[in-house]
Amino acid sequence: MRKTEIAVIGGGPAGLMAALAAAEMGANVTLIDRNSRLGGQLVKQTHMFFGSEKEYASVRGIDIGKILASEVMKNPKITTMLDSTVIGYYPDDGVLGVEIEEKKFVKIKPEKVIVATGASEKFLPFKNNDLPGIYGAGAVQTLMNEHGVVPGKNVLMVGAGNIGLIVSYQLMQAGVNVKAIIDAAPKIGGYLVHASKVARLGIPILTSHTVKAAYADQLTGALERAVIWQLDEKWQPIPGTEKVLQVDVMCISVGLSPLAEILWQAGCKMKYVPQLGGHVALRNENMETSVPGIYVAGDVAGVEEASSAMIEGRLAGLNAAKSLGYDNGTYAEKREEALKQLESLRSGPVGEKIRQGLAQLVS
Amino acid sequence: MRIVNHPILTFEKGREVEFTFNNKKMKGYEGEPIAAALHANGVRVLSHSKNLHRNRGFYCAIGNCSSCLMTVNGEPNVRVCTEKLMEGMVIETQNGRGDLK
Repeated sequence: MRKTEIAVIGGGPAGLMAALAAAEMGANVTLIDRNSRLGGQLVKQTHMFFGSEKEYASVRGIDIGKILASEVMKNPKITTMLDSTVIGYYPDDGVLGVEIEEKKFVKIKPEKVIVATGASEKFLPFKNNDLPGIYGAGAVQTLMNEHGVVPGKNVLMVGAGNIGLIVSYQLMQAGVNVKAIIDAAPKIGGYLVHASKVARLGIPILTSHTVKAAYADQLTGALERAVIWQLDEKWQPIPGTEKVLQVDVMCISVGLSPLAEILWQAGCKMKYVPQLGGHVALRNENMETSVPGIYVAGDVAGVEEASSAMIEGRLAGLNAAKSLGYDNGTYAEKREEALKQLESLRSGPVGEKIRQGLAQLVS
Repeated sequence: MRIVNHPILTFEKGREVEFTFNNKKMKGYEGEPIAAALHANGVRVLSHSKNLHRNRGFYCAIGNCSSCLMTVNGEPNVRVCTEKLMEGMVIETQNGRGDLK
């Protein structure tokens, strides 16, 4: 059985920062990721980030991923396991079961665990919602920005949050026509700067609209057209407002839900918090869950965005290292700084939902 | 369809390889996900639901949702959105749950 001081599960923005912060304090870290490269979903984010300079504002997500991954790879205190999927946690003896390359199973016993597994895309109920051609918006982003393949010719984007707006822009960049962006809410959920960008490209954004049904091309069996309709102020569809859109791709961008299986297995106290995307672990300000020694960071701790995921990762890494007795003298200062950065990212009207969610969670 | 010119990105490709999809010869790039190679060849129907046999494509593209399970080199239930394409792979639409060997 392998041993490590801190196991970090997931090499996205939160996990990378957690590993770096813990190593910086002096701890030995094993970073485990199921992909063959680090960076998580940063690898497909071609837009520039906001936030503060420390979290790489004005740098494109893909480049942030590369910077952090290269820092991790050259850090002698961090062992990286790629193509390795954590498939179980055994709470009785605190052991992680990991499937590594060639379908081999290994066990790792860490002293502390930081879970940074991210989130997966939600789905939307409507007639024929399982047709090929109906994809998660993030999936289309992966296909297009990571693998260089476009999903089709004409797209209906469902959801006018930041992901829906950004992916619409990126589809147009790749030469795909976005026919419309619709959202069930009466107003656009994403940042104005992203909405303005797609509006300048001439993409109509229809608020108070949802999908009624999707229909397949008889020949190919994949999506051919979508029917949308308007919602009234009580979110009820208005008969007679149906519009038909000839689209071979529909992107669903209606939010993410945390990938929390390991936290359930570990027996962490979980709570359903809609503002944070689903079931999330109760935790303290140091990102430690109700099971001592198990920390969370990033979307699995509550769906938010990459800048806050990075700071949460940093916080979890600092605290996990500190709990093992590592402190190079800068712990208190760095912890304080991270907490302040999170507070500033979550301030203002945009952070309202996250603040409401976290108020139910953090002790 | 593949992106040829992109304003921000350049795509590093592996070497071109041949594979078969339901006995039909196709070309893709080594190391890219099987689903991306199939999509570039115009194949969007990847699997069928177990009971009602409805057409399914991929949904999440990162190995979470199991909407894209196919039979690869005789092995069923392979997530083709993350499985890497190799020279000479035999990729087939899967019927039913598939058998463990």
